[in-house]
Amino acid sequence: MPSSVPTKRQLTPNSLPPGKGLLAWTLPVFSTTVGSKLLVGVTGAALTAFVIVHLIGNLKIFSGPDSINSYAKFLKDLGPLLWIMRFGLLFLFVLHIVLAIRLKLRSRSARPVPYVSEATIQASVASRTMIVTGLAILAYVVFHVAHFTLGWVQSVEITPGIYTNMLDLRDVEGRADVYTIMIYGFRNPLVSILYLAAQGFLFVHLSHGVASTFQTFGANSPRWQPAIRALGWAVAIFVCVGNSAIVLAVWTGYLKPLI
Amino acid sequence: MKLFLHVWRQKDRTDPGRMETYNAEDISPDMSFLEMLDEVNEKLIQEGNEPIAFDHDCREGICGTCSLVINGMAHGPERGTTVCQLHMRKFQDGERIVIEPWRAKAFPVIRDLIVDRSSLDRIIQAGGFVSVNTGGAHDGNALPVPKPNAETAMDAAACIGCGACAAACKNASAMLFVAAKVSHLAHLPQGQPERSQRVKKMVEQHDQEGFGHCSNQYECEAACPKEISVKFITQLNRDYLRACVSAKD
Repeated sequence: MPSSVPTKRQLTPNSLPPGKGLLAWTLPVFSTTVGSKLLVGVTGAALTAFVIVHLIGNLKIFSGPDSINSYAKFLKDLGPLLWIMRFGLLFLFVLHIVLAIRLKLRSRSARPVPYVSEATIQASVASRTMIVTGLAILAYVVFHVAHFTLGWVQSVEITPGIYTNMLDLRDVEGRADVYTIMIYGFRNPLVSILYLAAQGFLFVHLSHGVASTFQTFGANSPRWQPAIRALGWAVAIFVCVGNSAIVLAVWTGYLKPLI
Repeated sequence: MKLFLHVWRQKDRTDPGRMETYNAEDISPDMSFLEMLDEVNEKLIQEGNEPIAFDHDCREGICGTCSLVINGMAHGPERGTTVCQLHMRKFQDGERIVIEPWRAKAFPVIRDLIVDRSSLDRIIQAGGFVSVNTGGAHDGNALPVPKPNAETAMDAAACIGCGACAAACKNASAMLFVAAKVSHLAHLPQGQPERSQRVKKMVEQHDQEGFGHCSNQYECEAACPKEISVKFITQLNRDYLRACVSAKD
C-alpha cells in the first residue's frame, strides 16, 4: 500500500504553510478601514502624480503649437504602451472612487442617529467635503474625456458654414492639432467656466488629500507636519493656477488660433 | 445663573428617544456641569419626575466615565477637560445648552445620556495588552527604556478610554483610542513581541464594532480631554502598514 506521506521531492522551496500566502496579508488591506484608506491614499497619490504630469504636458501650449503638437504625437506614438497607461489610470481612478465611497457609506452607518446640535472645532471644510468635491471631479472627468478625448461635445467652424469635429483638425505636418483644439475648446464660455469650476473643486480636494495621504502612510510627524501641509497647498495651488492659466490665456487672447 | 437645557431622553435601547426642555434656575457659576445636572435631577425627583440618567464616577477628570456632548462638542467647549471638570462659569447666564449622549452605532444608548462603551473594552481584549510571565518583580533597571520613549508612551497612556474621540469624529471612528493604546505599548520594550499582531487585531476589532474610518479631520484631538495627539494615529498607520507587509506572518 503506497504511503500518503509527502516525499522530499514534493516540497517546494520558500513555501508558506496554507492560509499564510499573499492573500492572507492582502485581504485585510482591502477589508479593514485602515487598509482601505491606505489604498485610497496610494491611488490618490498616483492620480495626483498623473494630474501634475498632465498639467506639465498641457503647459507646453505656452511654448507654441509645435511644442504641444509634437508632445501629443509622442504620446500617440507610444501605441500599446499608451493603452496600458490609460487602462492603468482608469483602474486607479475606479479603485480610488469605489473604496472612498465604500468607506463613506460605512462611516455613515457608524452613526445611525445624528447629533441634534453639531459643532465642528478644527476639521477643515475641505476634509469634510471630500466626497462632494470627489464626485464633482468624477463628473468633470467624464465630461473632459467626452470633450477632448472622444470629441463628442464640440465641433468647430473654421471655414464659415463647415463644421468639423475638433479631433479631426491637423496641423501642417499632419499631426493632430492639439494647439488649435485646446484654443477652440476654451473659446466656448460655457465649457471654459465648467473647466474653471472643476479646477476649484480639484483645488479643495487636493488641499486636504495630499497632506492627508502622508498621515495615512504614517509619514507625518510634528516635525514634518508644517512642510507636509505646505506641500499639500503647493500642489493644489500649482494644479489650479496652471490649469486655469490656459483657459484664461485663451479668454484674454494671449493664446490665439493660427487659423 | 439661569439656563435652558435641551436634554436627550431615551427610556431604553429600543426607544427612539427625543429632546426635552428643562429650566435650570439658581445655578452657581462655581458648580461643575455634573453638579448642575444633579440640581436639575433633585428638582425632577421632588416633582415626582424621572431624573436624567448620566454616567459619572470619579468627578476629578481621570476615570473617563462622564460622557456628554454639549452643544455638539464632546465633553463641552473647554479644551483638555472632561465634563465633570467643566464649570458653569464657562457658560453665559440665560444660555441654551443642548446635552446629548455619545452618538455612534458602537455606543448604543442604554438610557438618556448613558451609552454602552463595552466596544472599547473588546478592542482592548483583542490586543491591547502584553503577555508576560508573572512571578518575582524584576529589577527596576533591568529593562532599559529610553527617556523619550517613556515620555511618548506615557503621553499615549494618558488615554482614559472615555470615547470622546469617536463621539466627536464625523465618521464615528475610534481611531484615536486605538492609536493611543497601540502607540503606548509600541514605545515600550514589553510591547515589542506582540506589536504587529496587536495592531492588526485591534484595528480588525475596531471595524467589527461598527466604528467608522479615520479621514484625518482631527476633530478627535480637539475633543480629547487628555489632549492625545493625532501623531499617534500616524504611528498606528505606520505600524499597520508594517504589520501588513512584514514577511513574518
